[in-house]
Amino acid sequence: MADTDQSGAAAPGENILVAEEVTKVFPGVVANDSVNVAIRRAEIHCLLGENGAGKTTLADILYGVYQPDEGRVLLEGEPLELNSPRDAIEAGIGMVHQHFELVPPMSVIENVVIGTQAKQWLDLTEARRRLEEFFADYDVEIDPDAEVGRLSVGEQQWVEIFKTLYFGVEILILDEPTAVLTPQGIDELFRILRRMRDEGLTIILITHKLKEVMDLSDRVTVLRRGKVVGTVDTADVDQRDLARMMVGREVLMQADKAASNVGEPVLEVEEIHLESDTGRGSLDGLSITVGSGEIVGVAGVSGNGQNALFDAVVGVRHPETGSIRITGQDTTESAPHRIATLGVASVPADRIAQGLMMDFSVKENLVLGNQRERQFSRAGILNRGQIDAFAAESIDTYEIKTPSASQITRTLSGGNLQKIIMARELSGQPQLIVAHQPTRGLDIAATEYVRRRLIQERDRGAGVLLMSEDLDEIFQLSDRIAVIYDGRIVAVTEPDATTLEQIGMHMAGASDTDRGSQ
Amino acid sequence: MEDFFTYSVILGIFVATFKIATPLLIAATGELVAESSGILNLSLEGTMTLGAFTGFLVANETGNLWLGLVGAAVGGGALGLLMAVMTATVKVNQIVAGLALNILGLGGAFFWYRSVYEEGGAVAFPTVDRFQTATVPLLSDIPAVGEVFFDQHWLTYFGVLMVPATFIFLNRTKYGLELRSIGHNPEACDMRGVGIISRQYTAVIYGGVMAGLGGAYLSLAGGNQFFDDIVAGRGWIALAIVIFGNWRASWILGGSLLFGFLEATQLSLQASGVDLPYQLLLALPFILTIVALVLNRSRSQVPLALTIPYHRGER
Ligand SMILES: Nc1ncnc2c1ncn2[C@@H]1O[C@H](COP(=O)(O)OP(=O)(O)OP(=O)(O)O)[C@@H](O)[C@H]1O
Ligand SMILES: [Mg+2]
Repeated sequence: MADTDQSGAAAPGENILVAEEVTKVFPGVVANDSVNVAIRRAEIHCLLGENGAGKTTLADILYGVYQPDEGRVLLEGEPLELNSPRDAIEAGIGMVHQHFELVPPMSVIENVVIGTQAKQWLDLTEARRRLEEFFADYDVEIDPDAEVGRLSVGEQQWVEIFKTLYFGVEILILDEPTAVLTPQGIDELFRILRRMRDEGLTIILITHKLKEVMDLSDRVTVLRRGKVVGTVDTADVDQRDLARMMVGREVLMQADKAASNVGEPVLEVEEIHLESDTGRGSLDGLSITVGSGEIVGVAGVSGNGQNALFDAVVGVRHPETGSIRITGQDTTESAPHRIATLGVASVPADRIAQGLMMDFSVKENLVLGNQRERQFSRAGILNRGQIDAFAAESIDTYEIKTPSASQITRTLSGGNLQKIIMARELSGQPQLIVAHQPTRGLDIAATEYVRRRLIQERDRGAGVLLMSEDLDEIFQLSDRIAVIYDGRIVAVTEPDATTLEQIGMHMAGASDTDRGSQ
Repeated sequence: MEDFFTYSVILGIFVATFKIATPLLIAATGELVAESSGILNLSLEGTMTLGAFTGFLVANETGNLWLGLVGAAVGGGALGLLMAVMTATVKVNQIVAGLALNILGLGGAFFWYRSVYEEGGAVAFPTVDRFQTATVPLLSDIPAVGEVFFDQHWLTYFGVLMVPATFIFLNRTKYGLELRSIGHNPEACDMRGVGIISRQYTAVIYGGVMAGLGGAYLSLAGGNQFFDDIVAGRGWIALAIVIFGNWRASWILGGSLLFGFLEATQLSLQASGVDLPYQLLLALPFILTIVALVLNRSRSQVPLALTIPYHRGER
């Protein structure tokens, strides 16, 4: 930290935003326990911690969403009364939430201007100009008039970020902004964040990816179970130190796996075409095969047909032409519950919209979709005892942080929501696992666990179709890597036979022949 | 049957179409604004009845029809305010609140009417000197067109004008954009510092005022007295028209006119001796609404958070 580097009006180094002895209690959990954090002006400060450690709660307190039960927030040394996000916005604080705060049926530009317009008459020309400048400046291709609900998750994340910047904030809080961005998107975002930091913006970033913390941040505060473990200068630590602070023990950061033992194909997708009618992308003659005992990683920039492939395999949408066979049976036209009974587990990318009933309890979500199984019900009557036992076991093995199994799912932290889906889907000895961004939003310990579980399932003989934008994850887990581009698989290779760079090229749409000219 | 389709009958049907559509149009455009903010006000029937009564009462007491309209607006607005308190502040289930206020509006109007006009066990059935149509000079002289479009009540012109006005308000003003955003995702708006509760109050009270005015059309312009069943299901039809119109102002105009036309035709048929079950007609808007819902299902514009109360920090 160059504490003495005083450039212009903004004096970097001095404390700008301070949380003092902040305590926040929710029924059954102390989400923040006497938290002290001091954010300095024009620094990038990472908040790090396991799922449920209290990062989002702290950020929400700094943004006025929650009021602390004890303690206070200081802005430039003055106590700051934050009764609502509006107070925070007026104080120059902006926040991008972990879960999108978008109005899906409205256009990008309308989403951006909500709450920012001064005049009563809606005038979008100025906003459009600034938005187009933004997008051009940061090389993002999003149509300002596109309906937000039809954008990919990655694109929606950009809208969220620009929406907040549009306010012209001085302090920017980002809650896991990289979870849904592509590697290129992340690089791009970080370039932007560094530039903004150098221009005097103060940035608070929440992430689980230690590499990102090391790359980007000036200082890091680690939270564990609602308490601050410590604040350190990034330059003084390495990933291992941070992991230890976070988890309280050594963490294996590499998932080991034995050679694969590929058997009969469990998933055969042949030449499927799928029109884009719902904004979830289209497929243009896509073929892919997954054998039992094999993990096939699908790498690709979001919006190239991953959603459509997911939908087609799990039966939510049916392709116009082509065929899909699962464990040898034709499922091209099958309904989702039929496909599920063939032993297909699915982990969707959008956990809130597709994976969970947010107003149900945790245990109900843990058996959702499996409720007809003999284990859980007899003649249509749910067997409470079995469900409770299963829920208790899942909460234990996956370390789902919840006050009880009867807790309403909505109140859980982001990563813990993902754990519920994983616990449920991996429970039934599936033959085929279709996982879309399975470790999105998970902390390192949970990520480690999920990856290990996927490898275990593969070793047991399940086929895994893994779609991820995290190339490290793809390389670590896959037995074969397929690159999806524009609704087709453009390359299939083995992790040892390729490099990150080559995969990146394919993801960008470069074919083998014109790679030289790039 | 042959003489049924005479020029004057057909002209009469078109003139009546607008008259019948007026209270629907006024109430439905108001409800559109309320629903855009995420609050479904099921009490339209009761609110219209109360508006018909308070409008009549004030007009009858003061002898001034325009003051009567003010009275109707206040009556409807008061019920709207109650609805807003219950749903935006107390966050009671909107269906329950709407149904309760519906009964309150109906019962309140009947009770109040009796307590004012009942003498010795008999109701006097007073009447007012109702609004005359407002003839637009010159334009009303155009044959046919003049009679249909330019010789109607002020409230009819008002109702039709409210269609573009509502469209412009919802789609071209900052406030309208914020309202619609709240109706789709209140949390997103809250996180942008857009006040939810004040806007929902405005929208729901406005909806109540409009329903009150729609009711007043029945007692001060279409008719000249108040009676118990004066609204006769029009509040429910207005609610159906908002759905039929897929939450778009232009379609609400179409829906109101379509219903007005059907009823006008049916009335003419009846007058000429053709017997049609009127229950069928009463059910028609709902049948059409269901058909429209089915046809529109992939393009539904329904406010996504309609009827869902918002609590900050509930995630
Ligand atoms: N509104 C709420 N009601 C009840 N409990 C809550 C609420 N908000 C958060 N919690 C609980 O507080 C704890 C901290 O949650 P928080 O969202 O701050 O975690 P986090 O560090 O952001 O985790 P993640 O990395 O998974 O997003 C969790 O146990 C969560 O279940
Ligand atoms: Mg969080």
